[in-house]
Amino acid sequence: MYFTLFVTVLMTAAFLVVAAYAIAKLIGPRSYNPAKGEPYECGIPTYGTSWLPMHVGYYLFAILFLMFDVETVFLYPWAVVVKKIGPLALATIGFFMLVLVFGLAYAWRKGALEWK
Amino acid sequence: MFDFRIVTTWFDELLRVTCGLGNFWTVLIECVVVGLAILLAYALLAIVLIFMERKVCAYFQCRIGPVRVGWWGTLQVFADVLKMLIKEIFAVDKADKLLYYLAPFLVIIASVGTFSFLPWNKGANILDFNVGIFLVTAISSIGVVGIFLAGWGSNNKYSVLSAMRGAVQMISYELSLGICLISAVILTGTMQVSGIVEAQTGPLRWLIVQGHVPATLAFLVFCVAGNAEANRGPFDLAEAESELTAGYHTEYSGMGFGFYYLAEYLNLFVVSGIATTVFLGGWAPLNIGLDGFDAIMNYIPGLVWFLGKTFVVVFLLMWIKWTFPRLRIDQILKLEWKYLMPLSLVILVLMTVCVAFGWTIHY
Repeated sequence: MYFTLFVTVLMTAAFLVVAAYAIAKLIGPRSYNPAKGEPYECGIPTYGTSWLPMHVGYYLFAILFLMFDVETVFLYPWAVVVKKIGPLALATIGFFMLVLVFGLAYAWRKGALEWK
Repeated sequence: MFDFRIVTTWFDELLRVTCGLGNFWTVLIECVVVGLAILLAYALLAIVLIFMERKVCAYFQCRIGPVRVGWWGTLQVFADVLKMLIKEIFAVDKADKLLYYLAPFLVIIASVGTFSFLPWNKGANILDFNVGIFLVTAISSIGVVGIFLAGWGSNNKYSVLSAMRGAVQMISYELSLGICLISAVILTGTMQVSGIVEAQTGPLRWLIVQGHVPATLAFLVFCVAGNAEANRGPFDLAEAESELTAGYHTEYSGMGFGFYYLAEYLNLFVVSGIATTVFLGGWAPLNIGLDGFDAIMNYIPGLVWFLGKTFVVVFLLMWIKWTFPRLRIDQILKLEWKYLMPLSLVILVLMTVCVAFGWTIHY
């Protein structure tokens, strides 16, 4: 039942975009001149492409995110049952949490959290 | 408390029994009605929020904001939408057209998808999976892809830079956002949105009260991280107009820009709505254990409670946005990785200890 509703929600979102674009195409003006096709870079003629190599810091944080995000995903199913199993829950997740904290501490120590 | 399921079952029976429609047509009509309801609520809230932002911003800056169109400027947003609709839609010649036109879809899908998880009233959830909160974080991360593709596909140097900044900022803050939600899940023992709200009905049962110190800290961290996740407030350097023109949506004209504008405000509402649902009790009325007081509070409909609490959080986030100066990229990452991330891990451990040893507030 919820799957049907989920598909409905996705289709509603897509419909919103398509409908708004269609209305805008229908009632909006249309004209062409070559300057319009230029990217807007504050009036200076653009030089070369924009798809250039980027600062390595961005990728470093993306890798860190990947690590920690996958680790936090494992915490969700555990979180649901903490109330049921009581103090044992702490013991079961203790080692995993330790790895998580040590991972962060290691990254910190290595200077991976600095923006250079 | 009024249960909205009365209305939905009545409508279902109206179609099935009174009109004698088959299963397929019933489901189809119900889906269309749900879709229309989503669109209506989405558009209405966007209009309210944009108007509110303008007025709040104006009063913070000692101005009076829009006053010309309609009484006290109330029709200003309608005029803006009309203006956006009658603008021409065009793309940069050298842009990656596929990514350029795909990006608004992803942004709007992420926004509408998370929006439909909000519990409006008792029995008035549109989506209510048993992995609700987890799915909310999953869907909201599609928005990152949308923003990244918008900047990257535009083939504009400012946009690409903004896309990189937006992506790195949003994925970073997703971590503490997720961990704060996990600490709330620990307390309620369920990920289902309706179940989380149900666990907060009754005297002194709001999670922020029930979980005292760790829950309060989690709420604050959630607000900061949510603000960054919605690309707003002091964390809006992805669209820092003084250095990157308009950031990732520089090259979008008319309605293309409108989608990002719409999604930004709805994401603000969704973040506040999730914060309300998880920490402030959703539609659960304020009960303090005095029979007379509780009875009066229970007369107020759940929808009013939900919207009231959510708009308080929205105002709080707007307050933050118009008070603090914008952060630099290194400051943003430092705040997340060196302060919020360790803090949210501490919250997680504290919350587990509190729940495991029964140190939560029972009434």
